[in-house]
Amino acid sequence: MSLVGATSRRLFLASLLRHRLATALSLLAIALGVALGLAVQLIHGAAIDEFGRGLRTLAGEADLQLVGPREGFDEAIYPMLAKRPEIAEASPVLRIEARLPGREDTLEILGVDMFRVARMQALLRPRADPALVDGDGRLAGLQPRNIFVSVDARARLELPSRLGNGEMAGPALRDGVLTVQSGVSGIELRLAGELPLSGAELAVMDIGGAQQMFGRIGVLSRIDLKLAPGLSPEAAGLALSPLLPPGLALQVPEAAAGEASALSRAYRVNLTMLAAIALLTGAFLVFSTQVLSVARRRREFALLRALGMERRQLLRGLLAEGAVLGLVGGVIGVALGHALAALAFRLVGGDLGAGFFRGSRPELQFDAMLAAGYLLLGGVAGVLGSWLPARAASQVAPARALRAGEAQYAGLPHMQGRLPLALLLAAGAGLACMLPPAGGIPLGGYAAVALSLMAAVLSLPALAQSLLPLLGRTRSVIWRLAHARLSATPGQAVVAAAGVVASVALASAMAIMVSSFRVSVDDWLAQVLPADLYVRASSSAASGYLDDDALARIAAVPGVASVDTTRLLNLRLSDEEPVFSLLARPVDGNWGLPLVAGSTGRPDGSKPGQSSLPPAWISEAAVDRLGLGVGDRLTLPLAGRQQSFVVAGVWRDYSRQYGAALIELADYRALTGDDRVNDAAIRLEEGTDAGAVADALNARFGPGRLIIALPGEIRATTLQIFDRTFLITYLMEAVTVMIGLFGIATTFAALAGTREGEFGMLRHLGFTRGEIGRLIAAEGALTAGFGVACGLLAGGAMAWILIEVVNRQSFHWSMDLAVPWAALVLFAAVLVSLAALVARLAGARAMRGSAVQAVKADW
Amino acid sequence: MVIRRAGQWSGIWRHFGADIARRSLCAFAAVIALLSCLPPEIHAQGSGSASAADGYPAVVPGRPLIFPDDFGAHPDYRTEWWYITGWLRDDAGAERGFQLTFFRVRTLIGEDNPSRFAPRQLILAHAAVADPANGRLLHAERSARAWPGLAGAATGRTDVEIDGWSLSMETGEGGETDGSSGDRYHSRIETEEFGFELRFDARRPPLPNGRQGFSQKAPDPLNASHYYSRPQLGVSGRLRLGSEILDVDGHAWLDHEWSSEILPQGARGWDWIGINLHDGGSLMLFQMRDGEGGAMWAAGTLADALGRARTFAPDEVRFEPVRHWTSARTGTRYPVEWRLHLADGRTLGLRPLMDDQELDSSASTGAVYWEGAVRLSEQAEDGSEREIGQGYLEMTGYAERLDM
Repeated sequence: MSLVGATSRRLFLASLLRHRLATALSLLAIALGVALGLAVQLIHGAAIDEFGRGLRTLAGEADLQLVGPREGFDEAIYPMLAKRPEIAEASPVLRIEARLPGREDTLEILGVDMFRVARMQALLRPRADPALVDGDGRLAGLQPRNIFVSVDARARLELPSRLGNGEMAGPALRDGVLTVQSGVSGIELRLAGELPLSGAELAVMDIGGAQQMFGRIGVLSRIDLKLAPGLSPEAAGLALSPLLPPGLALQVPEAAAGEASALSRAYRVNLTMLAAIALLTGAFLVFSTQVLSVARRRREFALLRALGMERRQLLRGLLAEGAVLGLVGGVIGVALGHALAALAFRLVGGDLGAGFFRGSRPELQFDAMLAAGYLLLGGVAGVLGSWLPARAASQVAPARALRAGEAQYAGLPHMQGRLPLALLLAAGAGLACMLPPAGGIPLGGYAAVALSLMAAVLSLPALAQSLLPLLGRTRSVIWRLAHARLSATPGQAVVAAAGVVASVALASAMAIMVSSFRVSVDDWLAQVLPADLYVRASSSAASGYLDDDALARIAAVPGVASVDTTRLLNLRLSDEEPVFSLLARPVDGNWGLPLVAGSTGRPDGSKPGQSSLPPAWISEAAVDRLGLGVGDRLTLPLAGRQQSFVVAGVWRDYSRQYGAALIELADYRALTGDDRVNDAAIRLEEGTDAGAVADALNARFGPGRLIIALPGEIRATTLQIFDRTFLITYLMEAVTVMIGLFGIATTFAALAGTREGEFGMLRHLGFTRGEIGRLIAAEGALTAGFGVACGLLAGGAMAWILIEVVNRQSFHWSMDLAVPWAALVLFAAVLVSLAALVARLAGARAMRGSAVQAVKADW
Repeated sequence: MVIRRAGQWSGIWRHFGADIARRSLCAFAAVIALLSCLPPEIHAQGSGSASAADGYPAVVPGRPLIFPDDFGAHPDYRTEWWYITGWLRDDAGAERGFQLTFFRVRTLIGEDNPSRFAPRQLILAHAAVADPANGRLLHAERSARAWPGLAGAATGRTDVEIDGWSLSMETGEGGETDGSSGDRYHSRIETEEFGFELRFDARRPPLPNGRQGFSQKAPDPLNASHYYSRPQLGVSGRLRLGSEILDVDGHAWLDHEWSSEILPQGARGWDWIGINLHDGGSLMLFQMRDGEGGAMWAAGTLADALGRARTFAPDEVRFEPVRHWTSARTGTRYPVEWRLHLADGRTLGLRPLMDDQELDSSASTGAVYWEGAVRLSEQAEDGSEREIGQGYLEMTGYAERLDM
């Protein structure tokens, strides 16, 4: 056994070491695939975990939570719930994301009733600091300006913070005074102590004070509920839900984590798909390496078989090669995945930069099962990659392979005659595109992408055969030789070019999709930002806002021609649709509304105030998620009531993938009585300098109170974020192209080794070394050319699938196709040239020996 | 009794940072001291009408009690409580003590705040059952800011509630609650460990303490409260201990007191009794102790079965400790048996229903006091002892000072 084992090691695994480059590349591809997939899962797992734990601990002993729109709901429900026999304790919470004037970070402040918190939410229990609250320690928790800040939050608030433009903003907490912003005014809160048990970055103050200070009289964000002993959350939910006004829901504290997880799922799945592609590419690279390595060792294996090695032993040995490659790649990948995840936590936070879990600070944790799973995945990729070549090698009759003169590369797989299969796969891809998404994930789209890729690889021989005759007419001897060689052995071309097909297809599909997306986003931005200047008091989630007084002050600034306003809210439509954006603003004249269907007029042609139902314009995501179209009725929970609207149009929205509706500001105010405004769009008088107006606004409201942006800045920032988001896809493109190129390199290196005789003969016939080098380069260029052509065709098809199926189904937005022709042509040309160069370099070894030696060796 | 309710306050206040309480004079955690929580040195200035300047009305003599208005809350004053203690007897004849207290506190915080959550008025409550079979007190507490329907104290009639606990006066026949003997109170307390639903029937009009209800607590007359008692309430209802529900009856004592003042300077604690006498009379006595344990003030009201009262001046009452009991939990030593010397020449003996009626909040703030059912006896001339009444004794300020 040990002898056999040792032999196996020498025979099989040692082969991997001989082809260091090929082995290293296979390892790299598999490692990347494993690392990326694992990192996505690790990051998400930790983020969800942390998010859920945060929710759980903050909720304390709460069994249920009453949740509603982000802007909060009427407190009248609180005594009603508190008095129900199902409820043992009810703790109302007003959540404020407090803007810190001049700074870009915010502070989460929970307005709580200290008496209620004491009974169920230990983590929110504040402790007064005797040094801070001279005397009235007992009432410190009730004083409206007193705030209790967790240790972590305090550390951040006491430090200056760096702004996006590189400038520094001063500490928000200085000398025991915390300055926050409500509306456009600054409020000074007094640091009264800490939250000894809370590890999160947050602050707590009295709910009465919070309602007063932040202008939220009568509003709650959440009510934490402890149920009567023995009552299950389900039973209580069933009994209480009918009593709730529209837009409110009862859920277990962990449910929010599930909702956040569902919201980020599309984003995650897409990243995981990238990982799967990397892993597949790795498997493919193992395949192409093994095909050649097996072909070269054909006689060796025949001899071993003749000496008594079992067919199964040979098969197992070769599969072991693949498995070792895969597992080593997997080990590297698992390590790399953890490193990637750790890096991501440090750089972009637990939400992969997508903003789903803001504020959570997850810890990277090693999950043995997860790591083992991904390790195994690497191994499987290796075994799969070597399966076909290993089977082919084990099935060869030893006698035939040992016969002298049998071409060494005869072991290469023959791929002719697969065109029908390719067509079938393409048809399958077409069908898969028709499938609806499964649980919000465009499985059909991904299947179609995979099928198209396979179809492209399988149709490569047919494409090569149809293109080769065209080259036969050239005068150049080298090109004719290259043509002859490729015509005679199309199998080799397929093996070398298949990697190119796959990588070019993936890269070009990504490029076309990203380019279409970017162009569409750019157009969209130009459309939705028609004003000269944009003003807000904070992001819509935070505590800054504009009221009529602030708007009047803005309008009074010289140079301001008109001010249009937008109110932005987040509603909760149902448990399935926990986040839905509502924009209320004037719609007259289609100002900044990128409609794709319907019109800005009322569907029934009536004037405002006449129609029975006010109009609403919904985003494409809302169309998909709510199943609504123009003319349908849309119901929204506003001000505690269900309000009906009629869908007047559909607009494109790249910023809210969960769905949004836009209604007339006048309708909104009439229905809710809410006259707050989040954003003001300012049109300037002709010839007015926007910078001067911005300065005047800052002077009028005080520095740091308003966020003033020019549309150009917003556009630049948005595109910058866009490019950062797609950075990972650019990276993947580069890796796949590299892998494709190395596929050519390994194939040619291997083939060149078997062609020393041929090259020697050519030298005898008068070819110089340089000419042979050019021959090899021409072969490389031709091979790559076929691959690139095939890959671009497939890439175009895949891009279409990505745009029309995958994006539409996972993010619910449409985009206009914009093919980056110049970039693609340049990309193709560079790739073909690189292939020629790589082939030439790889073939160099075969030309090193003298012509005599080379020819002699063959006899 | 003004300065009462030691421990439960600290228990409640700990939630918003009462660790500070340990620093100052609040070691024994008197209710008013807890509220003011002024450091002793500031407090010691004892300036004139501090409370009036603070925004609270002062307690002044010469304000007669007017019913039914004074049954209800007096939300302008700083603190107020309705306090019922009594003895219950079940069908099997077992005797238990019980106590329930509802407090109202005006904080002077957020009086200009339009928020309904503004903590202008706080409601707190405490309940306990002394069951000799259990050997120690069962007790629970509630605290909340006033909110209509959830927690609050009504004006014009006794009606206080907090999170399902309640004490309310039933309008008598003919709709009048003028302090006649037909008044009836209802109370409901529910906790995990115990609960009770009791009816209290008044057999006589309210009994003002001190001078027409002006009850002085210290040599400085600024330390005073408005204070009346309703002794000899007939009790009937149900008591739940764990899952066991018992029909009970017995007798109880109600105190209603409101004030704007804080703990008298130099006071360390107090001893108070409210006893229903078997002859139909009632006896209330208290003494305020200074740092050395000596009496710095004392007073009392003795009434006969017809409600004819006599009040005791400070020099007419003397508390003499007889037997001490030391708590294994806190190490605190309480005089659980007393001899009471009254100016009319009588000497009375006070013995507890059980020794361990200590309320221990040491897990939270360290406020520890003793409040329990007691029997009052009189020594006959032949030396034999005869029980002449049952009621409650409260002792505070015996625990160690818990300085930080």
